Amino acid sequence: MTATADLGAARAAPSGTPLVEMRDIRVAFGGVHAVDGVTVDLYPGEVVALVGGNGAGKTTLIKTLSGAHKADSGQILIDGKPVSITNPRDARDLGVETIYQTLALADNIDAPSNVFLGRELRSRFGTLDDTAMESETRELMSRLNPRFQNFKVPVSSLSGGQRQSVAIARAVHFNARVLIMDEPTAALGPAETEEVRQLIRQLRQEGLGIFLISHDIHDVFDLSDRISVMLQGKLVGTVNKTDVTQDEVLAMIIAGKQPGDVTEEDIADLHR
Amino acid sequence: MATDVSPTTAAPTEQPKRRSAGSLLRSMEIDPRLLGMIVALAAIWIIFQVASGGTFLTPRNLWNLTVQTASVGIMATGMVLVIVSRNIDLSVGSMLALVGTAMALLQARILPEWLGLGHPMIWVITLLAGVALGAVIGAFQGFIVAYVGVPAFIVTLGGLLVWRGVAWWLSSGQTIAPMDPRFSVLGGGSNGTIGGTLTWVLAVLVCVGLIAVLVNGRRRKKKYDFALRPLWADMAIGVVGCGLVLGGVYVLNQYPLPANLAQRQIEAEGGTYTGQEIPLGLANPVVIMLAVGLIMAFIATRLRFGRYVFAIGGNPEAANLGGIKTRWTIVRVFMLMGILVAIAAAVQIARLNAATSGLGQLNELYVIAAAVIGGTSLSGGVGTIPGALLGALVAQSLQSGMVLLGVDAPVQDIVVGIVLVTAVALDSIYRRRVT
Repeated sequence: MTATADLGAARAAPSGTPLVEMRDIRVAFGGVHAVDGVTVDLYPGEVVALVGGNGAGKTTLIKTLSGAHKADSGQILIDGKPVSITNPRDARDLGVETIYQTLALADNIDAPSNVFLGRELRSRFGTLDDTAMESETRELMSRLNPRFQNFKVPVSSLSGGQRQSVAIARAVHFNARVLIMDEPTAALGPAETEEVRQLIRQLRQEGLGIFLISHDIHDVFDLSDRISVMLQGKLVGTVNKTDVTQDEVLAMIIAGKQPGDVTEEDIADLHR
Repeated sequence: MATDVSPTTAAPTEQPKRRSAGSLLRSMEIDPRLLGMIVALAAIWIIFQVASGGTFLTPRNLWNLTVQTASVGIMATGMVLVIVSRNIDLSVGSMLALVGTAMALLQARILPEWLGLGHPMIWVITLLAGVALGAVIGAFQGFIVAYVGVPAFIVTLGGLLVWRGVAWWLSSGQTIAPMDPRFSVLGGGSNGTIGGTLTWVLAVLVCVGLIAVLVNGRRRKKKYDFALRPLWADMAIGVVGCGLVLGGVYVLNQYPLPANLAQRQIEAEGGTYTGQEIPLGLANPVVIMLAVGLIMAFIATRLRFGRYVFAIGGNPEAANLGGIKTRWTIVRVFMLMGILVAIAAAVQIARLNAATSGLGQLNELYVIAAAVIGGTSLSGGVGTIPGALLGALVAQSLQSGMVLLGVDAPVQDIVVGIVLVTAVALDSIYRRRVT
């Protein structure tokens, strides 16, 4: 994709075919349009932040990509090809991995079993190969979190940060190309948050495309390349981080204004 | 993510603060709750032994205890998976009545007409048909739970009423007897055992198997460079495990065939009877229970299906997002329960040599109690097959012991009820202290 005259002009990384395109996605719960005709895209080696208030539809939108929800209408393309994602297995097969806000861990089983949940390694007799799974998990953790040592205990007995490591390990182990992170730092302390940020930068470098859902505007400006803002199920707009100020993004989130339309008064309102 | 702020979690957990029984257990990687149950069982046995003036811990009584435990034990292994998956099955007693009645009708009335009385295939066809019926009923209930979304408590409460009603309707409330002679061997009794020699062979095989598992575990851990359990711990487990198996078999093999049968057997073999004792060996229901336990433990811990059942019990949402077909898994859990009910039904009607209208009554409660005493958590996600078998043995020991002492039936119920609640209370307290 070549530079266009509008806001996309300063787009830094994106070129060629987007890794993911979600076109005109709609999801309704009863009469409520949780996601109402939203179009977003994601390029390799790019972090796109999805921001918006509570109930803006970010998580619902992203669940149509991760297979947890089916979209009522709209199209998802991966590498420019239309795909059908009806369950989490479909998404994983396409290289889309998700780290949910709840982490989605089975608390009663150990870390290796969680990392490989649904994709267990098996011996040639078809039985679970727990030793191999533990070995791979140890190797993985030595990269992600070298201090992680509790491979044999139920994950319910791990700290918040350790649990997050398990969820991240599960997402990155299977050669993900697209990573969805829903509030990855919400439950973490400052040091742990910094480690997650470091990891996001590292994965971006490795060429993954990352959708980052976050409430934290500092995280968003620190980590993302582009920012897609949602309000009441609709897309307000997608902007390059370098083209906008934090205040402009806040005005988009709260009032649904376009960056160019934001007046001094609006900004004053935001800070009142 | 990722930073262990607390030093206790960052350091290897193997560092014992003090040399205690707890750290000893940890280095042996033995579940302390399983050990607690073994201790409780030993205590119960010793108390009854003393109270009965030495008649409880006799080969005869222990042998009978194993036979009485079999049917509930078989079903309890399935109930573990049902409860682990956050469900319950209240219908097993009634299902047992229906499947048992159907199997009895099949072998006593229907098949003899087609194949002729005493046809050698009758028992096989009956057993297979019973297992199929159990699987269908279980799968049907599981389908309503998983796909229609009716809570298992309600579905199986309905099943409790319906299946016993259907059983009654099939038999008109009459007792159906006798069973096919080849079939009734499944129930134990003096001709339903595997004999002393085969029992010893089995015990030795179990020992060899245990040692093979231990050696293989060490070999695999070495291959992956994991920390090994201390050699002495592995050896202790091997020695104690084999000792228990061989010792148990030695005791059970002291229970002989009744004198008149022994005489007949020896004379049939051309010998002269001079009061020799021929050991009965393990009863068939016990062999079936042990085989079922082994297979179920394998399913629960070594197969993907078992892992998924536990994952669903721990966090159904996570299991679903992990790409597990959670609904289909639940259907299969109930189907497995139905199959085990059918096996237990076969054991019960074979043992009675009849199907009566009271077949399986209250069995759902004994089975659930066995699973729960054995450490299965009703909130889901936690439970073991060996635990359930031990739980069944504990419950049965209490009951037989009290019968032996001549305790009144109402008092027996009171004691079993109190033990059930106490077991769960102790377990919750233990769990709160650990986590």
